[in-house]
Amino acid sequence: MTHIPISVTVDGTVYDVEVEPRRLLVHFLREDIGRVGTVVGCDTSNCGACTVLLDGKSVKSCSVLAVQADGHAVLTVQGLAEGEHKWHPVQEAFKECHGLQCGYCTPGMVMAAVDLLQENPNPSEEEIREGLEGNLCRCTGYHNIVKSVEYAAELMGGKS
Amino acid sequence: MIPIAFDYVRPGTVDEAISALAAAGEDGKVISGGQSLMPVLRLRMAAPTTLVDIGSIAEMKGITDGGDHLVVGANATHYEVMNDALVKQHAPLLAQAAGTVADPAIRHRGTFGGSLAHADPAGDLPTVALALDATMVAKGPNGTREIAAKDFFVDYFTSALEPEEILVAVKVPKLGDGWSTHYEKFNRTAQAWATVGVAAAVKRQNGTITEARVALTNMGPSPVRASSVEAALAGAAATTDAIAAAAANAADGTRPTSDLHASAEFREHLAKVLTKRAVAQAAGV
Amino acid sequence: MTETLTDANANPVGRPLRRKEDARLLHGQTNWTDNIQLPGTLHMAILRSPMAHARITNLDVTPALKRPHVVAAFTAKDLGDLNGSVPCVWPVTDDIQMPGFPALAVDKVRHVGDCVAVVLATDKYAAADALDAIEVDYEPLPAVIDMEAAIKQGSTAVHDAADGSHGTNVCYEFPLKPQGDGAFDAAVKAAGDDVVVVKRRFINQRVIAGYMEPRAVVASPMGMSNEMTIWSATQIPHVLRVLLALVTGLPENSLRVIAPDVGGGFGGKLQLYREEILAVQIARHLGRPVKWTETRSEDMVASHHGRDQIQDIEIASTKDGQIIGLKVDLIANMGAYLQIITPGIPLLGMFMYPAIYKMPAYEFNCVGVFTNTTPTDAIRGAGRPEATYAIERIMDELAAELDMDPMQLREKNWITHEEFPYTTVAGLTYDTGNYEAATAKAMDLFGYDALRAEQEQRRASGDPVQLGIGISTFTEMCGLAPSRTLGALKYVAGGWEHCTIRALPTGKIELITGTSPHGQGHETAWSQIAASILGVPVDDIEVVHSDTGRAPYGMDTYGSRSLAVGGQAIKKAAERLVEKAKVIAAHQLECSVDDLEFIQGAFRVKGDPAKSQPLAAVAFEAFTAHNLPDGVEPTLQAEATVDPDDFSYPHGTHLCAIEVDTETGKSKIRSYVAVDDVGIQVNPLIVEGQVHGGLACGIGQALYEGVEYDSDGNLLTASFADYLIPSAADLPSFTTDRTVTPSSTNPLGTKGVGEAGAIASPPAIINAIVDALRPMGVTDVKMPATPENVWRAIQAGQGGAQ
Ligand SMILES: Cc1cc2nc3c(=O)[nH]c(=O)nc-3n(C[C@H](O)[C@H](O)[C@H](O)COP(=O)(O)OP(=O)(O)OC[C@H]3O[C@@H](n4cnc5c(N)ncnc54)[C@H](O)[C@@H]3O)c2cc1C
Ligand code: FES
Ligand code: FES
Repeated sequence: MTHIPISVTVDGTVYDVEVEPRRLLVHFLREDIGRVGTVVGCDTSNCGACTVLLDGKSVKSCSVLAVQADGHAVLTVQGLAEGEHKWHPVQEAFKECHGLQCGYCTPGMVMAAVDLLQENPNPSEEEIREGLEGNLCRCTGYHNIVKSVEYAAELMGGKS
Repeated sequence: MIPIAFDYVRPGTVDEAISALAAAGEDGKVISGGQSLMPVLRLRMAAPTTLVDIGSIAEMKGITDGGDHLVVGANATHYEVMNDALVKQHAPLLAQAAGTVADPAIRHRGTFGGSLAHADPAGDLPTVALALDATMVAKGPNGTREIAAKDFFVDYFTSALEPEEILVAVKVPKLGDGWSTHYEKFNRTAQAWATVGVAAAVKRQNGTITEARVALTNMGPSPVRASSVEAALAGAAATTDAIAAAAANAADGTRPTSDLHASAEFREHLAKVLTKRAVAQAAGV
Repeated sequence: MTETLTDANANPVGRPLRRKEDARLLHGQTNWTDNIQLPGTLHMAILRSPMAHARITNLDVTPALKRPHVVAAFTAKDLGDLNGSVPCVWPVTDDIQMPGFPALAVDKVRHVGDCVAVVLATDKYAAADALDAIEVDYEPLPAVIDMEAAIKQGSTAVHDAADGSHGTNVCYEFPLKPQGDGAFDAAVKAAGDDVVVVKRRFINQRVIAGYMEPRAVVASPMGMSNEMTIWSATQIPHVLRVLLALVTGLPENSLRVIAPDVGGGFGGKLQLYREEILAVQIARHLGRPVKWTETRSEDMVASHHGRDQIQDIEIASTKDGQIIGLKVDLIANMGAYLQIITPGIPLLGMFMYPAIYKMPAYEFNCVGVFTNTTPTDAIRGAGRPEATYAIERIMDELAAELDMDPMQLREKNWITHEEFPYTTVAGLTYDTGNYEAATAKAMDLFGYDALRAEQEQRRASGDPVQLGIGISTFTEMCGLAPSRTLGALKYVAGGWEHCTIRALPTGKIELITGTSPHGQGHETAWSQIAASILGVPVDDIEVVHSDTGRAPYGMDTYGSRSLAVGGQAIKKAAERLVEKAKVIAAHQLECSVDDLEFIQGAFRVKGDPAKSQPLAAVAFEAFTAHNLPDGVEPTLQAEATVDPDDFSYPHGTHLCAIEVDTETGKSKIRSYVAVDDVGIQVNPLIVEGQVHGGLACGIGQALYEGVEYDSDGNLLTASFADYLIPSAADLPSFTTDRTVTPSSTNPLGTKGVGEAGAIASPPAIINAIVDALRPMGVTDVKMPATPENVWRAIQAGQGGAQ
């Protein structure tokens, strides 16, 4: 099974590498290029811990092959805030509203929330809950995650 | 978590894909969105030797107006389908049901064609295709053929596609004036597949239902039309009682299984309740 | 809205400070065990049994060795003495049956997921591939799955008896009869005609912990010495170190265990797992780092499960609702083997069945049973959710039998706030509590009367959607634990906690704790406690934890103990540090110690505020040691190891309103009010988060979750696709509040909050569903209350009513 050359942009940096066709995008991120901020929580595409943006839209990076990302741009939680020490409003809101505990679901949850807010800058509680249905969290009971997304919407100017 | 090794090709056209599939032999497999295939590969429940990635074939993308029907490219994602203006206007049932599939991230990648080809008995979109009398456009080494939805879903995870055939597009008839629709999905948690689902399309004239189509998800190896409900509804008054009476036949001719999420008996019960609700909702009662 | 961390004027204890942990967690700058990539690492993959019970008739790993990148492969036989046995540290009775639990199965497999062989490869993908090459044959044996069948005479035995003869599946039997055997029946008899007895069987189903980070371990040996560093996604690095030393024979002083960032535990990572033993032993044997990260599918079969009890419970009261006795008979599933504290879990609940109620007679008995299933052990609440479920459910059933309002029945029987400290019928002394206050607040927030009115109206109109109200007035026992008590219960460890605080020369503070957080925010909360005593900004304190190299003493984090026990150690260490600093400061300021007061981080001469010395200056003096008073040692640090005097008993009143669709059986939580009393709150934001998370776990158990096996012992709920953990869309927002009754068993007045929500909520949910359906003849609904279980209960109820 020959390796295939791919060129993937991750958090603004272009990576030209050769991968086995079966390499999962999430393993490429974590193990080949050291972007370990994105994590794995399951093997059935249910948990969403691995969520990243692919060409600006949320995907589960365990359910995409690295070769399928060839020629595309991936944004992970590590590249979300621009520049050093900066905070994306969603990150800021999660901190402010205590929207994380152990933080394991957080990279995926944050990216799913970013996607949700770009689709719908002013979501209702129900829309937030449904929009995050693909991301499991065992720590928070989601209460403060919902609050975080509401607050992020406010910070981003969506909520009046 | 780790798939068994395979080779990978990414053809640019349907014809190239068909040749690639033929070249790969029996253990070749198509991947489009990968949202059903990837979990299967990671759990090592399938071991194709070659994956033919049809995801970037331009001619399989997009949704166009074909006159009395829409042509939905097999590669149209659930996300595209649920948000498409043409689909919302002419096949709102499809737009609504696509919005209930899985979660936003999966909808960004999973495709309409993949859903139909996968033929999962719990899949929502096969049921909708059946309810709307869609036609599948398949292409293989012997050329293009059209397959009616009622002939397409053959058995558990089995469609009428030949191994070397690719589903290229789906023709979805436009619903004319007077029709309204609803998809009623019942699941145990929001991200779970349908325990039972009901797709209903109802044509109303004044206070009467003149025609109805009802199809059921997860009530057997493939989606089924609830024909006795449809018959009972044709000409019935658009009232709660009449709809409930017709819906009582919803389990006729179904062959649901018993599994972790529900017994066959409970599924039969749910089919009746959900059919009543789906039809009532569609009929605006 | 933001509370800054550095506002020096306010006491940081009690304030909802935003967490220090969050910056790195939110930016993906984390250090999960699976992130660790050491040069030369071998990836371990494990061949697991697909059978619940079988004899291994053929096992050959040599074909796997021929696969690319494979370096080694082992069976139990290959490992020989290195194949350690997983220990159990809680032999609850003298005659308990404690079979061995080899890391790799020897001759027989005893549950689906049992480890059969391992492969080590330089590449993780290659290791997974090589498993397919191992040749293995099994001769199936009958699977023991049903607990009641398992304890019948003649059942297949999961383990042979110690002498090799046919064994029994009874692991142990543990009675607790504080008022003597037969006390319950005697109480009933004594009551004559004035008695109502209600008896029920409840099934507390098996659940998983469901932490989002899968387990992982990296074991890295250091050359020719015995030294070994072990990173593990564990809740218990300190306990792990002791146990690994005991199991492997490696000297404890050469083992360093680090729990880096850990993505949740909920009891599931309170364990010494066989995979950890294998990684350490093989790393030692091969002299190379060994890494293993489980897949979620492996987690489902191999990480311990929890609960799984059949509860026969009987309650008796007078006709006006005064409880006169309670009798509990448990059958508790151990699974196939005993893990670290498997047998003790049901006994952690043993004392809690009488809950907040006064009664003269209590009898308890528990039979622990082996089956061919994944071992059970602690999961969030560990024994107490089971107890709380049974008592709070049967209180509702008793109320129905008496035709009494369920809240009135509770009020009539609970310990009133003037009665604390109160020694219960089970023999525990509850420190403090105020059930009246918590209930009053909860009732207020809930709108009890309006909901009852709506319920009436829905009943009258025959609405297909019925409304039910569920109550859970719970208490729990936390702060594990007084070491003597643990000793009396035959637990082979203590329950103390340690803290060292160092004032560094630059004025920064290093707080070294023996607790091991994995989401609980100790870095923030512990800083708050220390800052309140040391008067330094919260941000100047660095909390060091979860690394036996840097934080050598500790008993780790579980059982809502960290604050209740660890908090005391922080307080004491901080106070000792101030004491020492004061002596130095007095010397520097040329006054007597008694003339000094310590305010906002500085020693001031009373009546002469101009003369003062900040703690940082004292720390620098202690460092240079140029001018220390006679007899004072250089460096400014202090430590404390605290053994708690007693447990503490948080409590609360949870009220839940549920809409039940009687046609589909689907339940929807309309509102959930939780008023908890966890004593003094160090950080109310964190407290609230813990309550939310606990509620989600408990609601998960009540409505969605349950491990299912078929009769052959195949795990049906083998992934998150089938084991349904609720998502945001399946849960409501919660209304939470607190009453504050300080604990009297520790000087901070704190209790524990980590498990409260998980303990309280299942009965609140099920009571609400049953309440909604009672007019339809429903008196119980099985957990999880799936639509089908609810529908079946309605069918049965209506059948019964005809
Ligand atoms: C967690 C989760 C939840 C889900 N929930 C739901 C749900 O509630 N309802 C629902 O309907 N679906 C659900 N899905 C499935 C999802 O809808 C998939 O997107 C869909 O079933 C498959 O589409 P795909 O494009 O991803 O196909 P792939 O995964 O790429 O392929 C699926 C199968 O179809 C074949 N195939 C794909 N495209 C073609 C083609 N054009 N021609 C011929 N063969 C083809 C492939 O060879 C493969 O066998 C869920 C999936 C996940 C992971
Ligand atoms: S790892 Fe669970 S969805 Fe990707
Ligand atoms: S914060 Fe721990 S899983 Fe979400």
